[in-house]
Amino acid sequence: MTLTAGVLAVQGDVSEHAAAIERAAAAHGEEAVVREFRHAGTVPDCDVLLLPGGESTTISRLVAREGIDEEIIAHVDAGKPVLATCAGLIVASTDANDDRVGTLDLVDVTVERNAFGRQKDSFQAPLDVTGLAEPFPAVFIRSPVIDTVGDGVEVLATWDGRPVAVRDGPVVGTAFHPELTADSRLHDLALFDGTPAERRDAAAADD
Amino acid sequence: MSEATDLEELERGTELVKRGFAKMQKGGVIMDVVNREQARIAEDTGAVAVMNLEAVPADIRKRGGVARMADPASLREIADEVSIPVMGKSRIGHTKEAEILEAAGADMVDESEVLTPADNDYHIEKDQFTTPFVCGARNLQEALRRIDEGAAMIRTKGEAGTGDVNQAVTHQRNIKSAIREITGKSREEREMWARKHEAPADLVHKTAEMGRLPVVNFAAGGIATPADAALMMHHGCDGIFVGSGIFGAENPEAMGRAVVEAVNNWDEPERLVEIATNVGEGMKGDSNVDMPEEEKLQGRGV
Repeated sequence: MTLTAGVLAVQGDVSEHAAAIERAAAAHGEEAVVREFRHAGTVPDCDVLLLPGGESTTISRLVAREGIDEEIIAHVDAGKPVLATCAGLIVASTDANDDRVGTLDLVDVTVERNAFGRQKDSFQAPLDVTGLAEPFPAVFIRSPVIDTVGDGVEVLATWDGRPVAVRDGPVVGTAFHPELTADSRLHDLALFDGTPAERRDAAAADD
Repeated sequence: MSEATDLEELERGTELVKRGFAKMQKGGVIMDVVNREQARIAEDTGAVAVMNLEAVPADIRKRGGVARMADPASLREIADEVSIPVMGKSRIGHTKEAEILEAAGADMVDESEVLTPADNDYHIEKDQFTTPFVCGARNLQEALRRIDEGAAMIRTKGEAGTGDVNQAVTHQRNIKSAIREITGKSREEREMWARKHEAPADLVHKTAEMGRLPVVNFAAGGIATPADAALMMHHGCDGIFVGSGIFGAENPEAMGRAVVEAVNNWDEPERLVEIATNVGEGMKGDSNVDMPEEEKLQGRGV
C-alpha cells in the first residue's frame, strides 16, 4: 500500500517530519509518498497530515493567508489521521490563550505557549507514553503544555503533572518534538493504527 | 496512563536541544529590531524571531566607532513584549557579552561580525553554553570551524547594512559549491581538503555524507526586498535574516509582511508579483561593489 503523507511546510521543521514518516512507513512495510505543501490544493489528496514544530504565530498566519485552514479542518472531519507537534499542536488546539495565534479547533484542548520559559530552559528527557513499551526520548523546545482537556480526549503522557501528549479522535498532539530523533514510534502510534484500507473503512464507518 | 517519568534525567543545552531550536526557525524570517515597538511590528508581520541590537547595521556603518552588545534591558523589554524568540548579538570572541545575553534570556546568541570583534584570534567556545549560537560564514571551511566550536546555526555573512544582496549570494554559492565538491571526493581526498582549508575533518566527512551543512543554514547580509529573500531561498537557504531591510524601508509593516510571504512563495513568480507590489520604497542601500576592503565587515572572524 502507498500512503500519501502531507507535511504542512509553510514554516518549521518540515524535512524532519518527512524523514520520520518515511521511517515509520518503512517499519510497517508500507511506502509513504511525502508531499510538503505551502499552498491550498494538496491536503485533499493526503491520507495523513503532519503539522510540524516552528513558530505558531507565523504558521497560523500563513495557514489562514494561504487558505489551507479549511482543508485541514475537512481532513479531520473526515476522520483522517493527523500528528501535530509543538507549534502544530498550538495551531490545532481550541484556544492558545493568545490572540496572536489563530487556532483550528482540531483537538479539544487549550494550551499555554512557552510554558517552560525561554530557550535555556528547553530540555530533553525520557517520557512514558501510553501505548509505547519503553520511554520515548522527548525533546521540548520553548514548548507549550496542555492546560485543559475536553471530554473524550485521551491523555497519552504528562510531564510534571501536566498533559504533554493527547489523542482526540484521529488527531494526536504532542508538546514535544518526536521528529527530532530517529525514534519514529510516535509517528507510528499516531498514523499507522491499522492498514490504510482499514483506516479508510474505520473513517467511513464513523461518518 | 503512565506517571513514572523521571524528572532527574532531564538535560538542557544538549546539541539536540540547541540544533533543534535552530530547526524550528526554518522557512522563517528573523528581523533585526532595536526596540520593543519594532519587535511588536516584526511579530505582527509574521517574523519567526527577532534579533535585538543597538542600531541596525546600516546605522552602525554610518555612525562608525566601536559597536557593542545592546543594553540587556532592551532585550528584556522586547522579551516581555513578544511571544516569539528574542536573539541578541555579541561581539566575536566576547564570552562575557554572550554570558550576559544568555542570563538576560536571549533564546539564541549571534556571535556577529557586524559588531566590533573583541578577540582577533579566537571565537567564543559556544559548546560551553546552554543557549544556542548562530555564526556567519563566507564559505564552507568557515562554517565548519564555527560548527566545531558549537554553533547550532550558520548564516551567510553577506555584507551587512548595504542593502546589496550580492555578497550573501556569493557566500551561499561558495558553501553549496564546496559541499558538491567534497561529496564527490574519496575519503582520503576529503582529509586532504580538510587540511588544506583548515576545516575539522570529521565535519567535512559528515557534511559530505549528508550532502548539506549539519546545522540549519540561513541567509543574511544585504537582503532588502521580498525578491532578495526569494532569491536566497532559491539558492537553498533554510530561512532569512533581514537586518536594515525592514525598518530602513519606507513602510516597515508592508515590507515585513511581504518578505515573510515571499519566503513562503519563493518559487511562485505570479504570487511574488502580488507580494512585491505596493510595499513602498526599500532601504536606500549602498552597493558593495566599490567598497574599500577596510570598510567590509565580512572579513572579521574567519
